[in-house]
Amino acid sequence: MTEQTPSDALHDPTTPDGSGREDYPAPGAGPDVLAALESYTLAVNGRDRDVTEAWLGESLLWVLRERLGLPGAKNACEQGECGSCSVLLDGRLVASCCVLAADAVGSQITTVEGLSGEGELSDVQRAFVEEGAVQCGFCTPGLVVAIHDVLHRNPRATELELREAISGDLCRCTGYGRIFAAVRRVQQERAHART
Amino acid sequence: MPAPSLPTTFTRKRRAPGVGESVLRPDGIPKVKGQFAFSSDAWVEGMVWGRTVRSPYPAARIRGIDVSAAVAMPGVHAVITAEDVWGSPTYGLEHHDQPVFASDVVRYHGEPVAAVAADHPETAQRACAAVVVDYEVLEPLVDAEAAITAAPIHPAGNIFRHVRIRHGDPDAVGEVVVEGTYEVGMQDQAFLGPESGLAVPSEDGGVELYVATQWLHVDRDQIAACLNLPRDKVRLTLAGTGGAFGGREDLSMQIHACLLALKTGKPVKMVYSREESFFGHVHRHPAKLWYRHHATRDGKLVKVETRLVFDGGAYTSSSTAVISNASCFAAGPYLVPNAVVDGYAVRTNNPPCGAMRGFGAVQTSFASEAQMDKLAQELHIDPVELRLRNALKTHDELLTGQVIIGAAPVAECIRACLALPMPEPLSEDAPAMMLPGGAGLTALRDDVRRGVGFAVGFKNLAFSEGFDDYSTARIRLELTPVGDPTATVHVATAEVGQGFVTVAQQIARAELGVHEVVLAAADTQVGSAGSSSASRQTMMSGGAVQAACAAVREVLLERAALELHLAPADLVLEEGELVTKDGRHNVSLVEALKAGPVEATREFHHAPTDPLDENGQGNAHWSFAFAAHRAVVDVDPELGLVRVVQIATAQDIGKALNPLAVTGQVEGGIAQGVGLAVMEEIIVDKGRIRNPSFTDYLLPTALDMPTVVQTWIEQPERGAPYGAKGVGEPPTISSTGAVVAAIRDATRLDLNRIPVRPDDIALAAAPERSR
Repeated sequence: MTEQTPSDALHDPTTPDGSGREDYPAPGAGPDVLAALESYTLAVNGRDRDVTEAWLGESLLWVLRERLGLPGAKNACEQGECGSCSVLLDGRLVASCCVLAADAVGSQITTVEGLSGEGELSDVQRAFVEEGAVQCGFCTPGLVVAIHDVLHRNPRATELELREAISGDLCRCTGYGRIFAAVRRVQQERAHART
Repeated sequence: MPAPSLPTTFTRKRRAPGVGESVLRPDGIPKVKGQFAFSSDAWVEGMVWGRTVRSPYPAARIRGIDVSAAVAMPGVHAVITAEDVWGSPTYGLEHHDQPVFASDVVRYHGEPVAAVAADHPETAQRACAAVVVDYEVLEPLVDAEAAITAAPIHPAGNIFRHVRIRHGDPDAVGEVVVEGTYEVGMQDQAFLGPESGLAVPSEDGGVELYVATQWLHVDRDQIAACLNLPRDKVRLTLAGTGGAFGGREDLSMQIHACLLALKTGKPVKMVYSREESFFGHVHRHPAKLWYRHHATRDGKLVKVETRLVFDGGAYTSSSTAVISNASCFAAGPYLVPNAVVDGYAVRTNNPPCGAMRGFGAVQTSFASEAQMDKLAQELHIDPVELRLRNALKTHDELLTGQVIIGAAPVAECIRACLALPMPEPLSEDAPAMMLPGGAGLTALRDDVRRGVGFAVGFKNLAFSEGFDDYSTARIRLELTPVGDPTATVHVATAEVGQGFVTVAQQIARAELGVHEVVLAAADTQVGSAGSSSASRQTMMSGGAVQAACAAVREVLLERAALELHLAPADLVLEEGELVTKDGRHNVSLVEALKAGPVEATREFHHAPTDPLDENGQGNAHWSFAFAAHRAVVDVDPELGLVRVVQIATAQDIGKALNPLAVTGQVEGGIAQGVGLAVMEEIIVDKGRIRNPSFTDYLLPTALDMPTVVQTWIEQPERGAPYGAKGVGEPPTISSTGAVVAAIRDATRLDLNRIPVRPDDIALAAAPERSR
């Protein structure tokens, strides 16, 4: 690890003027970033939600959390490395921090809030609570979404397949042991229900 | 047919689930549903966004700051610098040596210089970029050893603390001597919930702050001083905290957000990006450690000499306490009659370092356990046997002259760990994903060598060195409108994920015999709980909850005694009723509470400790916890890749108040120990952090994490509620050393530096293979 790509002012002071600011428009050069705004509609958890007068640069994660009152998807890295912002976009697992909200127009978005009804828990959610898979809980919503996804695609996933499937979801508290216990339990419950 | 719902009214014969059971966390359901409010979820109508301008240089003189372009931008509400700090210009946990904003000199890469409030985070980011700071770049002081004698880079000097321990005969000499030099890289806490919070100006000129932290009251005191406000006008409430691990003991965005809120008159939300988070909190101290161990031929330790240099970075933070721990526990959990320890924590222009899980004991455990292995090799004694011959026990003396009077089951931990099952051998047709390198699919099965390593660690629990360590709990027991007895627990204890909320409910239920236990929000409207650190809250805040419940119980017993014309001493509170000891007469809780609610506030202080004297001697610590770890690793020596296969551990925990929660703490702590052993390091180059992202700072994933097998030694600790010891830190302390020992076993290399990098193995191994 010798060189890094500069990503913002803090990161690399080696830009020509020594300030590292070339990623951003020069001060006063452009209009207010909020001057050019758009309105659009997102289909979230089966409901149409209007996003009004929003900057087009906003990520799906930010719009869900800050404009639509759905803070379940979490902001742990906002660069697609940790999985805590996971949502389903037309049934595909995505990092919502890396999707522009306006790009999600026309797609069905499912967040952790949409996995179970009010007052109910999905089998994955229940297993997380009862197997001790939750500590601080910041990674939990993303992991719950990701595990719903992998068990939907591959109900009989082996332990190695499960480990690989959730290796994009960082957890700093649990060491994953109780999370695996929760997933094994859901697999057993679902297998039992199938027979 | 739907299952009949359980009656919600109180039934006096139903037993309250008490301590020692795997009761589920009360915040589990909101957390799995995405409904738990973390600090970055805080939202209020009309709030604006705060953002920090940070120095791109580790050392510079500030010639001027021009905020005019930023102030003029549409949507910007305020830009503040050191000139806008109307209270104390500096803050800090141990010494107030850290500026709220750098004004004349910048001492580390990422030091705050200014802050901005704007109505959109993108506007705030662009406004930060528009703040023009005229820096005169200086040569940074980045060598910790050189810093000891270099010209001071801060008026308070470059040495935060020198801990000097002289124990027994400093001139004692052993028949066998081994020496080594070790190095520890800078580890990050990498809590997932970034530094964040919401500051709301209040009508009385004060401020309300909703924030993720480890210690509300010490945050409040530092903030109030910098805002020049009385403490009661700075009101903190704990917002959902996404992990901590030591990284939230120091302030991050707190003062900046409060200043911006008071300046703009608007609520201000600040949320660090992951990149900013790497600059926004202290890290685990990188360290260089020299050791010389002396022993007799039959493997009894005679003397340990060590010199420790911990790089504290630009500001003190908790360096003074970290180096004390490192020094006190420098020889590991062994009886060492003679010792010469010189521990230095020094100031450099590197990123500030402070608390992280294990707090100084991690660095010295890695080095001293490597020394024990080296000694075993020299003596031709099995390394585990050598540890058993020297294992500390109750009534033994530490390097500090302190005699351990509590539980010290070191030999028991070692034996129990050794007895845990070994993993299956690596099969001939193991999938490539199971080999070192995993998803890279690079290692060849036939090249892989397996190794086994062992390490033992310990540290103090709660605060030491004469600090009056306490926690406060307020318990209110009353009848709900429908007549059920309900207890409300009010503590300022920071729930950071460890599960104190569950333990608090368990204790209140056990002590009061009620089912309904409500937790009031943790805030500064009740006395201090101390920090959620040093593995202390189960003991300290648990003790406070237990004491306050006992005080409530006293009042109930008095009420019942009055009713029955007996003395309170004739009665006990048992399963929801106040009964005579012969069980013949009783008053129900409901009856006793009809006279009105009962409330009590109590503090729990642990037994006093003493400062260390000029020779580093004294009863400086209250309680200790021990753990043994055995690691099994697979290594591809040619590629330098390691896969940790299994960690076995036996831990001294006093008593498990919640076995499921203990299991999770042990597994999670081991994950952080494994990370430090093989992958986690903040790369600092000439004072600059080069990998401030989860792309380049590697954390153990689900594929990296080994299987953990664990067992506990439960010997009740005196003076602690239910005999429980804190469990959070021991898993992190010696798991690292065990992994490195296992890699040494597989490779026969010295490996004196953590994390062990592929180069350390592959390039060192190359000459041997070419022969």
